[in-house]
Amino acid sequence: MTQDEVIIAIKDIIAQIAPDEDLTNLEMDVRLREQIELDSMDFLDIVMELRKLYGVQVPEKDYMELATLAGCVKYLHPLLEKKPLHCAQGAPIS
Amino acid sequence: MAYDTLIIGAGMSGLAAGIRLAQFDRRVLILERHSLWGGLNSFYKLKGRMFDSGLHALTNFAPRHAAGLPLTRILRQLRIPYEALKLGEQAGSRLIHAGRELRFHNDPRLFFEEFARVFPGEIDGLRRLVADFPGYDAPPGGADCDDSARARLSQYIRDPAAVDCLMLPTCIYGSAREDDVDWDQFTFLFRAIFLEGFSRPEGGIKSLLDLLLARLKAVGGELRTNCGVRRILTRAGSVTGVELDSGEEIPCERVFSSAGHTETLRLLDPRDVPSAAPGRDPAHADQSRAPRLSYFESISVTAEAPAAYGYGDTVTFFNLGERFRYRVPTQDIDSESGVICSPNNFARTTPLAEGMLRLTVLANHAHWTRLAPDEYAAAKQDAADRMLAAATRAVPALSALPPRVLMRDTFTPRTLEHYTGHLGGAVYGAPRKSRDGTSGVGRLSLIGTDQGMLGIIGALLSGITIANHHVLAESLR
Repeated sequence: MTQDEVIIAIKDIIAQIAPDEDLTNLEMDVRLREQIELDSMDFLDIVMELRKLYGVQVPEKDYMELATLAGCVKYLHPLLEKKPLHCAQGAPIS
Repeated sequence: MAYDTLIIGAGMSGLAAGIRLAQFDRRVLILERHSLWGGLNSFYKLKGRMFDSGLHALTNFAPRHAAGLPLTRILRQLRIPYEALKLGEQAGSRLIHAGRELRFHNDPRLFFEEFARVFPGEIDGLRRLVADFPGYDAPPGGADCDDSARARLSQYIRDPAAVDCLMLPTCIYGSAREDDVDWDQFTFLFRAIFLEGFSRPEGGIKSLLDLLLARLKAVGGELRTNCGVRRILTRAGSVTGVELDSGEEIPCERVFSSAGHTETLRLLDPRDVPSAAPGRDPAHADQSRAPRLSYFESISVTAEAPAAYGYGDTVTFFNLGERFRYRVPTQDIDSESGVICSPNNFARTTPLAEGMLRLTVLANHAHWTRLAPDEYAAAKQDAADRMLAAATRAVPALSALPPRVLMRDTFTPRTLEHYTGHLGGAVYGAPRKSRDGTSGVGRLSLIGTDQGMLGIIGALLSGITIANHHVLAESLR
């Protein structure tokens, strides 16, 4: 997975959890919770989906690393580099 | 098939917990003693008509894009699209207390205006009270959660009639405690009723249950109906499985029980029942003798909608006496206070085929269980007539109801005990709650009524929250 694909992967997970949120113009360096409605329950789901889809375990102490999209890329790319991107529904992304 | 989690009871909390766990690949089986799912909030067919057994109105209305409210949170957590519920908003509701009338609907400004009109000296107190509510993000089970709402209210509002006006709907829609409500439950219910409001799925409770069941199956969860649990099996103080009424044993890693706290402990080998969890009031562990509030309810069917004979409210809470009394009645029922509601009085795309009117009052379980079989049917008719007479004093339009009734069905505390399995037919369970969902027994979690989040929305949140805290978040540690 490239760095851009990590962003697609994260946005795809958020789209599953919060289908009503508009994810088209998210800023990389602004906290996600300031741009869209995400609460602690949603955050648990992002982490749970990352584990379910990609086998990535994010310990609770590292949650803050995922606060922005740039943070997600920085933290997750080394963990996802060797894994293929697929969307949360299981269908490949073209 | 080996299961990670067995869930006792396919009510709202059990279905929600099952979906959450199965969604993240836990192998889940829900065991339901009855032939239908839904628990208290189920449905039934009688003489060719379909009835909802528990639903008056869905509280906690939220418009589609309002994130962060209980309804939208639940739908997100369960991955159910908002539109699928086909919610219709209430026409408008009323609170009638000792001759005073306050209207309210889903725009909370109306209730505040009405409160200011009826209690001009108390409106500032009400506003301060609401401003001091904890946020929805506050963790459940804070140090003051068991506090008396009545005592808290009296710090803001002096007029006992104004306090009673706030206690009436919050007690009737979710208090397991006599003459009071737990503070955290009060804040939830006040928001649920007055700040968010009422709606109803166009298809009634069955359409919500169908969505939940379809979602459970889509994520690989299973439901077995007609399948009661006789015992919870343990080894060394920790759960190992359950034994069904049929004698079949099913092993598992964990049990979630929505049966109620005392009811669940009774499924254990008595040697495994904790005398009292460490650091807790012994009364917490033994709630078997605590007074339990149950209800008597009637549903009357008419050819025309209730608006045709002058009843246009969605929900009417009424109290006839000077003070509001919320106690186990000494007689069969206490018709001094209660709730009237109609599924016709919500916005709908197609009108219901017939009119339905529901009346509910407190009832005494012991009285109804003592009746001989040949007395029971007549006692129900008599109680339903007295309940209607009392409701008619609050809402005179109901005097036009009796000649129009095509059929009337009633439920008593006995019916409620049979279908919910809760001791004493206590729809809101035992007065003391286990908000963290712990039972004192390893890998046995409590969800639903005795966890303490009540109502349809509360019960769904209960299943979600305990599944998140006890299993999902735990698995990340």
